[in-house]
Amino acid sequence: MRVITFTRSTPDTAAKVEANGSTVNWGDAALVVNPWDEYSLEEAIVQAKNTGGQATVIAIGNEMHNEALKHSLAMGVDEAVRVWDDGVDVTNGLQWATLAAAAVGKVDDAKLVIFGKESVDVGSDQHTYQLARKLGWTMLSYVSKILEIDEANGTIKVEKVLEQGKQVLVAQLPAVISVMKGINEPRYPSFIGIRKASKASIPVWGADELGVSLAVGGTTLEGYENLPARDITTEIIEGESAEEKARLLVDKLLEEKVL
Amino acid sequence: MSAVFVWIETFDGQAVASSWEAVGVAKALAGDFGVPVTAIVMGGQAEAIAKEAGYYGADGAIVCDDATLADFRLEPYAALLSKLVSDEKPKAVVGVATNRGRELLASSATDTDSPFLSEAIEVSVSGDAVRAVRPAYAGKVLSAMSAKGDTIFVSVRGRAFPAPERNEGKDIAITTVDAVLAEDAITTKIDSFAVESGSVNLNDAAIIVSGGRGMANNPADAPADAEDAAVWKAQQGFADVIQPLADALGGAVGASRAAVDAGYIDYEHQVGQTGKNVNPDLYIACGISGAIQHQAGMRGSKIVVAINKDGDAPIFKLARYGIVGDLYEVVPALTAELKKRLG
Repeated sequence: MRVITFTRSTPDTAAKVEANGSTVNWGDAALVVNPWDEYSLEEAIVQAKNTGGQATVIAIGNEMHNEALKHSLAMGVDEAVRVWDDGVDVTNGLQWATLAAAAVGKVDDAKLVIFGKESVDVGSDQHTYQLARKLGWTMLSYVSKILEIDEANGTIKVEKVLEQGKQVLVAQLPAVISVMKGINEPRYPSFIGIRKASKASIPVWGADELGVSLAVGGTTLEGYENLPARDITTEIIEGESAEEKARLLVDKLLEEKVL
Repeated sequence: MSAVFVWIETFDGQAVASSWEAVGVAKALAGDFGVPVTAIVMGGQAEAIAKEAGYYGADGAIVCDDATLADFRLEPYAALLSKLVSDEKPKAVVGVATNRGRELLASSATDTDSPFLSEAIEVSVSGDAVRAVRPAYAGKVLSAMSAKGDTIFVSVRGRAFPAPERNEGKDIAITTVDAVLAEDAITTKIDSFAVESGSVNLNDAAIIVSGGRGMANNPADAPADAEDAAVWKAQQGFADVIQPLADALGGAVGASRAAVDAGYIDYEHQVGQTGKNVNPDLYIACGISGAIQHQAGMRGSKIVVAINKDGDAPIFKLARYGIVGDLYEVVPALTAELKKRLG
């Protein structure tokens, strides 16, 4: 079975990020694969192998996303594709999903799309659901375990995490799933994998090639803003003993009316 | 007449409390548009819950308690919401960005080709557009988006908006509709659901007590057969020291990524960039140094208290109050003091 996964490059999670009008700066911080995607990439590799198929990774965005695609190839994903065109607005969810659905449609025999839980940069998971609806596939979110894929009957059984507990669901393929941290132990790219990936040339699919019109209205990014400066005066509670410090702290918290 | 829809999330025949925050946002948008608020309630006890939505400010409700909607499943819920949106053309559809709210609103927005503003912490109407501000880059910056269209979907972050006051006087008109999908047209079946009762949800918690790497400094002796003494000590510390403080405060237990990755506690408790983003009234960080990734997940907290041996730990820069000391001495003393004072 062909398994597809999506990824993107994000600034390293330790980076200081600052708003700069319609974009953000992260200084000289390195680009890394979106941290949530390490789990979806691992799962795509494992599930493709288990079903005797191959895994494809797709990124929608400019050249900076080649970084995440090369990391994916180095981990062991079989092929990588980047989708990009002038005028693509990746902050527009409907447009993103339209391009993604067309790209999935271009990959033969795809029955499963695996996403990481969300993208740390945009901080959103809406694209996962939007792609599922564009494709008309079953959506299974917050998956903590894939319990079974039954290709003969075209079903998938998963455990998913909800605020109130854990649920086991059986659904029909094809499906889009999003996976949680902890579903697996993502592998580190091997030395040979890294060398191979560094030489790979990654094809770019444009809107025409995908037969997609970019004229979808909807949302417009107005810009980024820095967080309002937090004016915090830290008060260190001093005291002779832990008990005294505890008592003084409780006094303060009662004054703050947060208890 | 058009309206602003607000989706009331339900679980086990009751409204999920954060839904009332969404009613407040819907009310504000509806005021700007000059239209009423219609609550959408699906699942068991839908009518009673719709009535309750009226107490929080909804002007009317559309309900469906069909058996296919008893437990949340995306397909039948989205099919019905999308149909109602296509039929009624509301100005906006509002819901809270819980796990279910995120997927329902995104799906229905796609079905109806409507723009979607997700995880808003501020929402306003300007001219014929809706503008929303949301955290981006794991809360390190904010992004402002605007949307134009016949119907604009908006999900709001939990605890970012106050719930309106409850006023039991008001009775609202409730319309009952049929489900859109029959059971045999739904491709997802629920096999089992293990509900974890008694645990407080991090996203909804007004108070969170978190432990970090410092949990391993438990002075208790690990049993000889413990596989890894440090892990045992830290796990025990979460159970014996952090949990009792959380219980005394009616709060939830959180953890840093370092604590989760070291196996001290389950991932469900992780706060930070690759965990949950939380914004409680009170966040007590115990033995957490405060890496930038952790700060990204908790900097929205109203009051932060840091308890750490290392007075130079970065977490103190975010803290309103700090205690420099051993969490294994300070936290039990704090729990005892709170029990005494709060009764």
